Amino acid sequence: MHIVVCIKQVPDSAQIRVHPVTNTIMRQGVPTIINPYDLFSLEEALRLRDRNGGEVTCVTMGPPMAESALRKCMTYGADRAVLLTDRFFAGADTLATTYALAHLVTKVTEHWGAPDIVFCGKQTIDGDTAQVGPGIAKRLGLLQLTYVQKIEHCDLAAREIVVHRRAEGGIQVLKAKLPCLVTMLEGTNDMRRGTMEDAFRAARAEIVTWSAAQAQIPDLAFCGLKGSPTIVKKVFAPPPRAEKAFQIGVEGKTAGDISETLVAEIFKRQPGLEQDLTKSAGADF
Amino acid sequence: MSDTAKPKPAAASRANTKKELPEHLKAYKHVWVMVELERGVVHPVSWELMGEGRKLADQLKVDLAAVVLGPPGGTEAAVTDAFGYGADVCYLVENNSLADYRNEPYTAAMTELVNTYKPEILLLGATNLGRDLAGSVATTLLTGLTADCTELAVDAEGSLAATRPTFGGSLLCTIFTLNYRPQMATMRPRVAPMPLYRAGRSGRIQRHEVSLPEESIVTKLIDFLPDGTTGKANLPYADIVVSGGLGMQTAENYQLVRDLAAVLGAEWGGSRPLVQKGWITSDRQIGQTGKTIRPRLYIAAGISGAIQHRVGVEGADLIVAINTDKNAPIFDFAHVGIVADAMKVLPALTEAFRKRLAPAAMRPAAE
Ligand SMILES: Cc1cc2nc3c(=O)[nH]c(=O)nc-3n(C[C@H](O)[C@H](O)[C@H](O)COP(=O)(O)OP(=O)(O)OC[C@H]3O[C@@H](n4cnc5c(N)ncnc54)[C@H](O)[C@@H]3O)c2cc1C
Ligand SMILES: Nc1ncnc2c1ncn2[C@@H]1O[C@H](COP(=O)(O)O)[C@@H](O)[C@H]1O
Repeated sequence: MHIVVCIKQVPDSAQIRVHPVTNTIMRQGVPTIINPYDLFSLEEALRLRDRNGGEVTCVTMGPPMAESALRKCMTYGADRAVLLTDRFFAGADTLATTYALAHLVTKVTEHWGAPDIVFCGKQTIDGDTAQVGPGIAKRLGLLQLTYVQKIEHCDLAAREIVVHRRAEGGIQVLKAKLPCLVTMLEGTNDMRRGTMEDAFRAARAEIVTWSAAQAQIPDLAFCGLKGSPTIVKKVFAPPPRAEKAFQIGVEGKTAGDISETLVAEIFKRQPGLEQDLTKSAGADF
Repeated sequence: MSDTAKPKPAAASRANTKKELPEHLKAYKHVWVMVELERGVVHPVSWELMGEGRKLADQLKVDLAAVVLGPPGGTEAAVTDAFGYGADVCYLVENNSLADYRNEPYTAAMTELVNTYKPEILLLGATNLGRDLAGSVATTLLTGLTADCTELAVDAEGSLAATRPTFGGSLLCTIFTLNYRPQMATMRPRVAPMPLYRAGRSGRIQRHEVSLPEESIVTKLIDFLPDGTTGKANLPYADIVVSGGLGMQTAENYQLVRDLAAVLGAEWGGSRPLVQKGWITSDRQIGQTGKTIRPRLYIAAGISGAIQHRVGVEGADLIVAINTDKNAPIFDFAHVGIVADAMKVLPALTEAFRKRLAPAAMRPAAE
């Protein structure tokens, strides 16, 4: 079985700082991580491979330093990693990103065979659109199964897959055919630690690196900023609220006093709430 | 490399190019809202979007249309409500293959509608359904899509200005889709308020037949496992939400948040670190990467008020913050603040509410 996993290297945004004067993001020195949502998909891919045999290929489009994220994937047990990197891809929105990634998957297919499943993360923590997966699926003509909680079974011989998909108000149990594109829901598995053997292999492994030309991306006009229908016109900080919070005095008061003042203040501001609450409280007795 | 990661100088220079819409795109007119009908129930985000769509349509002086996809005989209430919430027109596709959401038939129906009737703006909820569908539709139509917007407006030239948080919410950015139609955007539940419902309001129904033979659809729904009604968090639509942050210090102390919530019949939630620590489940995380809430009352204990948290709670009518640090950013957007130890205030507050809300007959005689 051949599985392709799309991962993205993202800034560890818990540590992102915004420049107080220019309002731009200070990215220097911010550590990068594998997009956390992608790890659930990678782990699921590794489990399928362990069960069925075959290979997991991790791919990403990004700057040269994204190589380290791919190498990390190999320490978890991925069999191979491919980096698509070129200045032509800079500034891509989701449509341009999926154009490049879909062609990357096609190129990977030429080298190592067609994937039975392409995995994406549910979303990234920097782009945060959850649109790249569906976009890749559409461009490759793959069925898409998003927000998957569990892969119930995957039958290579019958080319059949059954998944539990999170929907509004419940779980859809869907049967589809391979090949398909799957995005896993967070929290559905725990990433393995990876063996010593994998760590050694990863350290020595060659990360396949392709430029746009090497990957034979057909038309650069569909890539990067040029190929992006959306345009960011303005970046700004959210405006502050006009006034600060009204403070309930606490000096020399007991918690009980403070609380009674607060309850009075809440109901003064939201009189309807008190009526509704008293009504429902009464109903309980 | 997402839409938010564009290098600024290049974006800025392109932003200044005067756009002249190509001739074939000038036919695209009107604002559409996808009505998310799943298992007979319309997701309220569709009506919230209808309210936003109404404002855009009025500004552009065009029609507001609802798109209703569903099984024959299963769409009537959705159509009636779409008019009640402000639609002028309803594009209706009824087909047995649309009985349950599946990407294949929904993408086919939606793209065919767009190609036939040509809207200039298409809005969908940023729900699992909306996000699943929007990506496929936008890619099929090769147009731009701005996901998870917090604000939608029309600029002086009549273009959709879609604002969304970028980089986890530290900043906002406004995104345009120039020279492509329709301009697509998704918005999360509870970001926009629910519009008024006007009973008896009606409009034109445009039925459209789409050929979706079941044999041609690969994906089959073989079962649906409904969520139990108990124990399932529904923070976005709760009237009152009580939440805690790292200031609660231990998982045991977090029980104080739940105690207060219980007295108020409220939902309980928290900041992201609590999910990471495993004190609460991820469906109870409030903020940019959790739920957006719009309660009448929000009580936040031991939460600093980081921007990622703030964007998820700003729609609340009344925000009360309890924090030991008088300089905590949460006091910049809370309405009422208390600078005190949450471990002391929460139990006292629970008691104060209990007393105040108990029916007169149940109050201790001493009162
Ligand atoms: C991409 C991204 C997405 C994110 N998404 C979210 C999100 O959706 N939701 C979210 O909440 N966060 C999110 N975050 C995290 C966010 O940036 C903050 O780190 C987080 O909200 C802080 O949580 P906190 O307020 O509980 O903890 P802290 O910031 O550590 O604040 C704890 C507060 O408790 C107060 N305190 C301490 N002791 C007491 C006491 N005894 N009584 C009362 N107060 C006390 C302290 O003064 C302090 O203000 C996101 C971050 C990133 C990078
Ligand atoms: N540049 C990229 N390279 C590889 N995969 C990506 C890239 N961008 C997004 N993805 C994949 O698409 C998913 C959704 O991303 P997004 O639409 O940005 O939220 C991610 O979790 C990744 O699996």
